[in-house]
Amino acid sequence: MEVSRLRLLFLIATAAVSLQGCGLFSRGDDAAPEAVPASGSTAVTGEPADQQPIIDPQVERREIRRPQIDTEDFEIGAYYGILGIEDFESHAVYGARLAYHLNEDFFLEATLGQSKAGRTSYENLSGQSELLTDDERDYTYYALSAGWNVLPGEVFVGKNRSYNSAFYLVAGIGSTNFAGDDRFTVSGGFGYRVLPADWIAVHFDVRDHVYDIDLLGEKKIVNNLEAHLGLSVFF
Amino acid sequence: MLRLVRLLALAGLFLAAVAQADEALQRVLVADPFIELHTGPGRGFPVFHVVERGREVVIVKRRTDWFKVRTSQEVEGWVPRAQMTATLVPEGTPLDLHEPTRGNYMSRRWQGGVMAGDYAGASLISVFGGYSFSDNLSIELTANHILGEFSNGFSATLGLMHVFAPEWRLSPYFVLGTGIINIEPKTTLVRSDGSTDQLGYVGGGLQFYLTRRFMLRSEYRNNVIFTNRDDNEEVDEWKYLGFAFFF
Repeated sequence: MEVSRLRLLFLIATAAVSLQGCGLFSRGDDAAPEAVPASGSTAVTGEPADQQPIIDPQVERREIRRPQIDTEDFEIGAYYGILGIEDFESHAVYGARLAYHLNEDFFLEATLGQSKAGRTSYENLSGQSELLTDDERDYTYYALSAGWNVLPGEVFVGKNRSYNSAFYLVAGIGSTNFAGDDRFTVSGGFGYRVLPADWIAVHFDVRDHVYDIDLLGEKKIVNNLEAHLGLSVFF
Repeated sequence: MLRLVRLLALAGLFLAAVAQADEALQRVLVADPFIELHTGPGRGFPVFHVVERGREVVIVKRRTDWFKVRTSQEVEGWVPRAQMTATLVPEGTPLDLHEPTRGNYMSRRWQGGVMAGDYAGASLISVFGGYSFSDNLSIELTANHILGEFSNGFSATLGLMHVFAPEWRLSPYFVLGTGIINIEPKTTLVRSDGSTDQLGYVGGGLQFYLTRRFMLRSEYRNNVIFTNRDDNEEVDEWKYLGFAFFF
């Protein structure tokens, strides 16, 4: 039995080699066997080394490139202005701003600002009494806001120059560190932006920062108004 | 004098860089009957120039859904995305902008955003970032700023997020994780030291695909703070609304 099985195997192998054209032994993807010229003893599946390949594709490889487009949706900048801290005089404020433009109408904005509170009228009148230490007079805030370009447009300077501009509204939440504590702060306001070039913007902003404070015994709501000028670049 | 030379050299380098950048700009052929060039990146800006079919323009830059293009006559203007997608690259295929869509959400990797809410009566501002390693599962890092009437605090958490049906526009998700929390009483109250404790949380939420790469989220977490007192503290955390974007 063992011998006949081996013989059968041998016969199948021989048939497979000799009956290349036969449907039983041809490969399914070998679609056009008649195109292959009969070349005697050489195996038709492989190319002889000294001969030219039957098909020599001269197709140039197509270069697939993803378009490299410089997207400028982010805006980074700095500002300087004046901040009125309720009961504590008005002082210079400066800060940094990062914005992301979602579409032509809306943007998200993160601002980080710093100022220094002055003295209250009470402190000035009473002479030596101090409500806050010098460190506690440091005023820092951050705000995460959403903005809406309500009135986009152009400004015309002279006859031949026009610059893109937008009047926008901003509202957000954040925190104010003042008098030694962090306070939840709601801020809102408006701004006007003019673009001298496509990548640079000049801003004028007005913001109101609202929070609760119980520094003088009872809790009260304070409004700190801020106006600043800023410069930012798109990237 | 040396400074002037240096400055000139720098200016030269800059110009060279600009020229180099110009070489790399994407060129496209206008396939629509014409495209309209606006004076600014917005629908209200007036159309001041048109480019006919078959002409070539280069894409200088993009801002949101607007493309700044330059014609062969050096005219520059802004074209909306809808008209840009009808242009052809020099190889003859339509310009593929790989716009993020809801379909892309499945292949997203990074996600980030901001949320606002309530932490046991205190106001909560939360910033998060996540990395997804499968369609459903992602790992998420969150930083919270808690601003209360009597105390303030920070917390940072690391956890897993499981989105049940990422292919749906509105999908529920499940979160589980751990973190640390630091609470400091306000200085206007009796001075006492703050405490830093570990916490564990479990919760769920809803995410809603808005448009392009943007999503809205709303989340609830039940926190267990492992205090060094006899009892652990349970805190409800509601993040009413959040805004997220994915890459």
